[in-house]
Amino acid sequence: MSARNTLRGALALLAAGTAMVAVSPAIAQDAGTFAITNARVVVGDGSAPIDNGTVVMRGGRIVAAGAGVALPAGATVIDAHGGWVTAGLVALGTDLGLLDVGAVDDSNDSTADKAAFNAALDVAPAIDPDALPIAVSRAGGVTRAAVAPTASNAIFAGQGAFIDLGVDANPVNRARAFQYVELGENGARLAGGSRVAAQAVLHNALREATDFNRRSGAARASGAKAAPARTGDDIPLDPRMSDSSAARGTDALLTRFDAAALIPVVTGGQPLYVHVERASDIRQVLALGREFPALRLVIVGAAEGWRVAGELAAAHVPVIASGMIDLPARFEQMASTQSNIGRMTAAGVKVAIGNFFDNDQPRYAPQYAGNLVALKKLPGATGLDWVQAFATISSIPADIMGESAHYGSLLPGRAADVVIWDGDPLELGSGPVQVFIDGVNQTLLNHQTKLRDRYRHPQEGALPKAYDW
Amino acid sequence: MFVKLVRVLAFAACAASLAACGAAGEARPKSASAKSASADKAQTFDENPYPSTYKAYPGDAVAIVGATVYDGTGARIDNGTVLVSGGKVEAVGGADLAVPAGYRRIDGAGRFVTPGIIDIHSHLGVYPSPGVEANSDGNEATDPTTPQVWAEHSVWPQDPGFSRALAHGGVTSLEILPGSANLMGGRSVVLKNVPARTVQGMKFPGAPYDLKMACGENPKRVYGSKGRMPSTRMGNFAVDRATWIKAVEYRKKRDAGKLETRDLAMETLVGVLDGKIRVQNHCYRADEMAQVLDMAKEFGYKVSAFHHAVEAYKIADLLKSTDTCAAIWADWWGFKMEAYDGIPENAALLQDAGACVIIHSDDENGIQRLNQEAAKAQGSGRRMGIAIPDGQVIRWITLNPAHAMGIDDRTGSLTPGKMGDVVLWNGNPLSIYSRPEKVWIDGALMYDALDPRRHPISDFELGQPGEGDVK
Repeated sequence: MSARNTLRGALALLAAGTAMVAVSPAIAQDAGTFAITNARVVVGDGSAPIDNGTVVMRGGRIVAAGAGVALPAGATVIDAHGGWVTAGLVALGTDLGLLDVGAVDDSNDSTADKAAFNAALDVAPAIDPDALPIAVSRAGGVTRAAVAPTASNAIFAGQGAFIDLGVDANPVNRARAFQYVELGENGARLAGGSRVAAQAVLHNALREATDFNRRSGAARASGAKAAPARTGDDIPLDPRMSDSSAARGTDALLTRFDAAALIPVVTGGQPLYVHVERASDIRQVLALGREFPALRLVIVGAAEGWRVAGELAAAHVPVIASGMIDLPARFEQMASTQSNIGRMTAAGVKVAIGNFFDNDQPRYAPQYAGNLVALKKLPGATGLDWVQAFATISSIPADIMGESAHYGSLLPGRAADVVIWDGDPLELGSGPVQVFIDGVNQTLLNHQTKLRDRYRHPQEGALPKAYDW
Repeated sequence: MFVKLVRVLAFAACAASLAACGAAGEARPKSASAKSASADKAQTFDENPYPSTYKAYPGDAVAIVGATVYDGTGARIDNGTVLVSGGKVEAVGGADLAVPAGYRRIDGAGRFVTPGIIDIHSHLGVYPSPGVEANSDGNEATDPTTPQVWAEHSVWPQDPGFSRALAHGGVTSLEILPGSANLMGGRSVVLKNVPARTVQGMKFPGAPYDLKMACGENPKRVYGSKGRMPSTRMGNFAVDRATWIKAVEYRKKRDAGKLETRDLAMETLVGVLDGKIRVQNHCYRADEMAQVLDMAKEFGYKVSAFHHAVEAYKIADLLKSTDTCAAIWADWWGFKMEAYDGIPENAALLQDAGACVIIHSDDENGIQRLNQEAAKAQGSGRRMGIAIPDGQVIRWITLNPAHAMGIDDRTGSLTPGKMGDVVLWNGNPLSIYSRPEKVWIDGALMYDALDPRRHPISDFELGQPGEGDVK
């Protein structure tokens, strides 16, 4: 970054006179000790905002967040001037890092309709931390995300990853964090034309994986191979590489890689994310859970989830719901309503806002959460309290990901993912002014902000715009 | 400001072609006596064969008292009073405005009033919910130029999307456009957002027709993939220009009284050249917009607004000087190559340069929260040091789209005598926490959040799971 740009960025911030927070133009490259003082602190775990609070982070982790927190010696102090400071946003169900431009196929790794494999597909090696959608989402306050492949040649889309949006070379926090399967209208199409076919494909796949696991276990018992389930750093070993010497049934339909990839699913080591929308499809997924008790099910979509909310709650199956669906866009979404999330939450279902694909950008998460708060004032609708709504885009998605001990809130010991806002983070006019990921102060400059600055005045000067950078 | 300019231009268009600017509803040749009987048929025809049958529904005289009023022109009135009677806006004023006898009084304390919200770019009805193939009626993608098709012949009045746009978005008027597969997609139709059995029962009485045009990726992709022209941007322009050349010749023939048969496609294009039909032009990139403006000059027509103009901020000065509106999303970006340079400050930069800003939806969900999209665009401006007053931001979704659609003399602001299209919000419409509480269309209460019976349910949703839900 040139000195000129730094100056302009600083001037732009000064010009934004209503911004309440003074931001240092210098971007720290490492996780130092920071104390954000005089803040309205939102921990993100569903607790009430704390006024005059302080957030202390050191070495990339939260030390403390709340009132009466002592300032550690040597901390860089940032006065929030009463402004909002929250946990970073967590977005489940994104294509971040898998594409530059959705409609430019060459740049898009989210689908693979001509691939030979499906369940074995693993997005982790394809994730590009330099992809512009990551930078834009980061500038919107999104600090962690689950990246999912899009099913395109089979009901199984493959394995998703949990990532951070920090400016560094290592985006993947947890590879192969979940398997993704389509079982609604889309699954019917991918299975050959019907839900009937999708159920057959699914059951066959789970049985083949179970059988393969049994046979490879026998192979292990005979000393042929012993693959550890975990590498020790909490990232599971790539299941495609395990048990490769085991024999399989002679009538196997799945490729060896695909069958191996489903072993962690049938043994409960890896959650199975199931995309369904209508009430009857959700009931079938819950029945599947009874048939294969080891499955760790997460339901994605669930536009009609409110109609089966009690059953979802009883089965302890969490839901990643879309924020604002209220139209029968498909027959399977006939009863969709903006009250879906509120009603499921009220019934005791763990619900996160998610599913930000295509042009539904992760940075819209606060707008969706805010709309759920608005429903509280609408007679007949069911919304969420502000703190509940914020939790649906911070701690609850981290919890569904199985990462609440590490991410999604400002509780001590969590990764220091912290966002300083220029207003109520759920309010339309607000935006982040400073973002920390793993305690590192992130740049918020990107292609968009540079275009903004270049075209502050559209007229060209003595030289064309191309020289203005 | 641009209202005046457009009127001057419209006058000029009429002056150049006296034949087309006579009595409304009929195109008269210059010399009626000098042509054959068949030419007479080709030139004298009903220009409004599918007329609106919409009539305002009954409504009480209403006085909203003590509300914050954004009147659509940019003005804000605190502790304001809005009077609606006989289906029209009667008066708008401060606390001193007396409420005449016979008005139903509505407490506006803590609430906000705006004109009905207007969406200049919607595909409700032509791409309805459910979005099944059988309902896919928005693109006549069999020829790159189809100015002969009319969107109203595709609109399904039972699209549940209309009711959501009303209840959650306060939308009272909307323009339904053909899609963007074609360079010339066909005529649009302007609707009042009232449920009806027929499209005619929704048509905005007397609204002008528009021609939907598209430049850029879509037409060249759709036809290039079929192995036919256009497959490039230069092909896009060549096909457009060849078609306009035909239209200019057709108009000459008409003016000379020499038309033998009617040509629906040419009638639409000549309507554009005559200044009666506006052009709504889907166009993302700044460089392409600049060339479209030259093409409009070449053939003597006017582009009313560029839609999806994600790069409009790069040519804000050109759009201002040509009096061309930019109809845009707040922050859609990057989903296709020609959207790669979209920025959330687009609206603010355009406003700052004095250009005409419209926030549009192009989306059955976005149309439910145009107020929210406008507020986001305002916030992005504020963060870069461009402060835009709330009243002006409301204008982006009321008077400005009405202006670009040619209905600003009837709706789009709370000006006395205009249609009683009014939204009472339960808080500031530029806040995430606010929703429409009541929506009047021509003075009739068509939605009331406090009265479940004032929630329209389309035929499609009747007897289905979720029927009658707040949605």
